[in-house]
Amino acid sequence: MPAEKKICLSAVGLTKIFGFGSSKTLAVDHVDMDLYEGEVVSIVGESGSGKTTLAKMLLGLLNPTEGDIYFQGVKRDISSHKKKQEYWKNIQAIFQDPFSSYNIFHKIDAVLLDCIRMRGGGKLPKEKKVELMTEACSFVNLKFAELTNKYPFELSGGQMQRLMIARIFLLKPKILFADEPTSMIDACSRATILDFLMQLRNEIGMTVIFITHDIGLAYYVSDNVFIMEHGKFVERGSADEVILHPKAAYTQRLISDVPKIYEEWDLSTV
Amino acid sequence: MAEVTLEVKELTTKYITRYNEDIYAVDHVSLKVEEGKTLGIAGESGCGKSTLALSLMGYYFAPLHYTSGEIIINGQNITGMDPDHVRKSILGTEIAYIPQSAMNALNPTRKIINFIEDVYQAHDFYVTKKDIYDRARSLFETLGLPAEVLQKYPVELSGGMKQRTVIAVSVLLLPKVLIADEPSSALDVTSQKMVIKMLRQLMENDLISSLIFITHELPLLYNVTDDIMVMYAGQIVEKASAKEAVFDPLHPYSKGLMGSIIVPEQGLRDVKLAAIPGVPPNLKNPPPGCRFAERCSYCRPECRVMSVGLRKVGHEREFRCLYSEEELRKAYLKEANQYAR
Repeated sequence: MPAEKKICLSAVGLTKIFGFGSSKTLAVDHVDMDLYEGEVVSIVGESGSGKTTLAKMLLGLLNPTEGDIYFQGVKRDISSHKKKQEYWKNIQAIFQDPFSSYNIFHKIDAVLLDCIRMRGGGKLPKEKKVELMTEACSFVNLKFAELTNKYPFELSGGQMQRLMIARIFLLKPKILFADEPTSMIDACSRATILDFLMQLRNEIGMTVIFITHDIGLAYYVSDNVFIMEHGKFVERGSADEVILHPKAAYTQRLISDVPKIYEEWDLSTV
Repeated sequence: MAEVTLEVKELTTKYITRYNEDIYAVDHVSLKVEEGKTLGIAGESGCGKSTLALSLMGYYFAPLHYTSGEIIINGQNITGMDPDHVRKSILGTEIAYIPQSAMNALNPTRKIINFIEDVYQAHDFYVTKKDIYDRARSLFETLGLPAEVLQKYPVELSGGMKQRTVIAVSVLLLPKVLIADEPSSALDVTSQKMVIKMLRQLMENDLISSLIFITHELPLLYNVTDDIMVMYAGQIVEKASAKEAVFDPLHPYSKGLMGSIIVPEQGLRDVKLAAIPGVPPNLKNPPPGCRFAERCSYCRPECRVMSVGLRKVGHEREFRCLYSEEELRKAYLKEANQYAR
């Protein structure tokens, strides 16, 4: 690990307001954050605390009402479609619902071929492309020969989410947003998905941002944890510090709400 | 000895696909729930947990079909009853069910109170609207739900509130047994805790006498239930008390499941997550031997051919493996020692 950590993405005073007039909702409230290269970060909060909105702004899917985003020290410019495409080569996402993340009319080959094309491999011979796709699928323990010519609905949720990781394997982005990647699949496949994600991170050294309400997961995977309440970070720090010795009242409440197996779970606090 | 509210003997139910293939999703399942007890059912997706829940109600509709076995609710054998009779006089009054996606269980075009009126009407309870309203309000108040909810449409409620409303509606007719099928899997931790608290309240206020709780989240199961039943490929693979099932699992599959627990507690960051490789078998033609043999790291050649029955350990504990208890413990110990080195 190099002593000097480089900032790869930072947000300054990021704000998002939905609606106007009396129905104005402040979803993200002047958030400042720095993400360093190669670290794993979790953003934890209840539903409706603005985690996903923040991620969408950083991804460039939503325009912030106020504030700036700096990518590798330079102010991000995604004003045109071409620049956006360029940006998305470096920053990618896995979403919560694998069933709605795919175009249902596109076969799985097309999904993976798109990724190869995005990396500038559009002109490669067909054998080479198949080889790349097979490699990506075997990374996540899927067999490409079984997937080819299939549509996304023919796969199970866990398989779809693994295919999502295969996509990331092909794209090799610098930053990956994982928006509740395991909340729709059962606890058993969760371990598999996390395993692959962490392997992938070690392989290509990307920054991973987990957006989750599963505190156990945040504690397990991340170096740093950000706790979000009503569009603001109420606590940030290393995982051990935040989860085991929470300071903010909100964090303490959140952690007391998680069912535990070694400690008593107090039901009277709700 | 406490009274047995629900007893199931060798229940087998099947799905008939459109190609006329039989899929036995619940295969010779026996269970017993005593009054005041909570039974948890754990397992991966596709293990037959939800099908078991549907089968327990005795109300079958295609493609789910009854094959054999007995269901006895509160001393009343409901197998072979006329489905219409089951729906009118058993469902809701003897046994009730909270569906997995309770978010979508409410009719978006009707207010909650109208929905409650429908429930009464469907069960031939001829009571006045005023009566229904009063009953519903007192129930909602006991359960800590605001009475204004009754006059609202489902869209006006948050996810956690919708879930709690569905639970309250499901106990309107005071059932003996309540089946909760993943009641909290789509909720965040705080709403989840509220739902669990409410289920506890139901038990404490004697609105229900036993609860069957289905989920794949083991820390939650451990905190809610008295006994845990682990299902795999339509069969019970282990039955034990909650403590034994989580801290001292015997069946290799339960052991694998317990390895996937993540909780935010001291020291658990360094534990290696153990994922079970592979996927559950296709139940169209299940393997002849142990159904878990394909994925089991302790598998022996005879595991693949010999059919395995439930083995009894001690008084209440059962597991389905060719290995005996001592052999399994020895194998686990050996593996643990390997890790340590």
